[in-house]
Amino acid sequence: MSSQSFCKKKRMLSSAIEDRIIHGVFLVCGLVTVIVLFGIFGLLFFTSFPAFEEIHVTEFLTGFDWNPTSYVKEVYGIVPMLVSTFMVTLGSLLIAIPIGIGTAAYLSDVASPRVREILKPVVEMLAAVPSVVIGFLGIVLVGPAIAKFFNISNGLNAVNGSILLAVMALPTIVSISEDALSSVPASYEQASLALGATRWQTVIRVKLPAALSGVIAACMLGMGRAIGETMTVLMATGCAPAMPKSFLGPVRTLTSSIAIELGEVAYNTTHYYALFALGLVLFVITFIINMISDIILHRYEKVSR
Amino acid sequence: MKKNKIQEILGFNILRLCTGFVLLFLIIIFWDIATKGIGSVNWEFLTAAPSKGMTEGGIFPAIVGTFLVTVITAVLAIPLGMACAIYLNEYAKDGTLIRLIRMSIRNLSGVPSIVYGLFGVVLFVQLIKIDTSILAAGLTLGLMTLPWTITASEEALKSVPKSYREGSLALGATKWQTIRTNVLPYSIPGMLTGTILGLARAAGETAPILFTGAAFFLPFLPKSLSDQFMALPYHLYIMSTQHHDIARVRPLAYGTALVLVSLVFCMNFIAIVLRYKLRKVRLE
Repeated sequence: MSSQSFCKKKRMLSSAIEDRIIHGVFLVCGLVTVIVLFGIFGLLFFTSFPAFEEIHVTEFLTGFDWNPTSYVKEVYGIVPMLVSTFMVTLGSLLIAIPIGIGTAAYLSDVASPRVREILKPVVEMLAAVPSVVIGFLGIVLVGPAIAKFFNISNGLNAVNGSILLAVMALPTIVSISEDALSSVPASYEQASLALGATRWQTVIRVKLPAALSGVIAACMLGMGRAIGETMTVLMATGCAPAMPKSFLGPVRTLTSSIAIELGEVAYNTTHYYALFALGLVLFVITFIINMISDIILHRYEKVSR
Repeated sequence: MKKNKIQEILGFNILRLCTGFVLLFLIIIFWDIATKGIGSVNWEFLTAAPSKGMTEGGIFPAIVGTFLVTVITAVLAIPLGMACAIYLNEYAKDGTLIRLIRMSIRNLSGVPSIVYGLFGVVLFVQLIKIDTSILAAGLTLGLMTLPWTITASEEALKSVPKSYREGSLALGATKWQTIRTNVLPYSIPGMLTGTILGLARAAGETAPILFTGAAFFLPFLPKSLSDQFMALPYHLYIMSTQHHDIARVRPLAYGTALVLVSLVFCMNFIAIVLRYKLRKVRLE
């Protein structure tokens, strides 16, 4: 073997090894996402674990009082927060789902291509507004308006939170629903129109049902966003740590409870661990919602193929 | 027949109304912040530190803080996000591992921002002990941004035609050589576009930095990455809810909101223009 070809072979060998190594590096980077997801769950789990040495799990999950700083007896019950979270999320979905689906249907079936090209980035812009800014507007704009409309002294309540969360959930609902509606095969629409249906009937009776699973997944992702949103509800819902009485009263969600109390609590106390337990509950709820919408979206992808 | 026509006109107008609502929300947000914030934004506001118990002065330390944190976020999220996207799009073969990675990415993008904050507190502040600092906050935001940068980078990689790779491989280049010379040069601009959008969102986030390093008020600029910092979104939160004289500092809060929104939208605008230009180039 001449020395030249030996060198060449060696170079090829080294580039093959290089390729192997780089493959490995990229694999590790890919695995980081898995590690982070399980890491979040693991750390939340193990940090919240010591809390349950002092708090009974059933008391935690079914208790109606949350008072970790009481002088008499600290109580940790998350029901008021679950109810609060549920209330503002429900309120926001009642506003965001009809408007969101309507907008998606407009973009995919009514608007001219030119208008659509302009409006889609505009809707995306709404998603770019920082949540703290939306919360700020809840205080200075929506709050006073609600106080005036319902004739109450303070506009920082569940209605306020619902309106703001609706604004934040809208971009998600619109863009994913629009994708779902646009990917309904054109033949469905053509068949419907050929049978004499109007365009409106086609949209409502043919395209929406065909895209239904995608639209549902969009709404669920919007819901996940609303449940996990912190700053807007922290700023605009009044945050009284009691059982919410009505939509016009103050509420305190899981997210805002963590945000309020973690700043004041000493590290490694029962209260501190309990706040991580709240985080764990929040993580599990959003995880389940994401998984379900993921499954729905995937089934939908397969069907549309 | 006529009834159907009326129904259609009515229905379409309802859809237009829905879209009108969305636009209205956006216009209200911009109009209110722009008109009420513009009065307090001037050169001094942008370049001076807050003074007299934050009732006067500017927001310079908050601008610097947000900038520094965003740099850390970028340093973590851009290379890692790109590498993960390269693995998924170029190396990986369909299988359980890939499904697991993809599931993780989709779920990570749905994890609430406050949960990232909790994660950051335990991991960076308590376990790794880098204390509440720019570094801890930036890394927390970086992890939060990761799923967005991965998704954006993958889109960019997918848009490179398969023939580019095949040509290179057929000439005997290794996989990495192919990626380096025939895939990355064409996809990096697209990757950056998506990444800028992710960074803009990170720059406006508050919940993850609440407990990982953002400070209420600091009389001086951070000297190193292990110092605490002031940040624009956190400053807005303080000025609108925690300050002792909220009514008096309202104009300053509006000014801060305007600066924050302008910053985020400038970044978005750059990304959108970049994307538009790239699309045009590709079509030619």
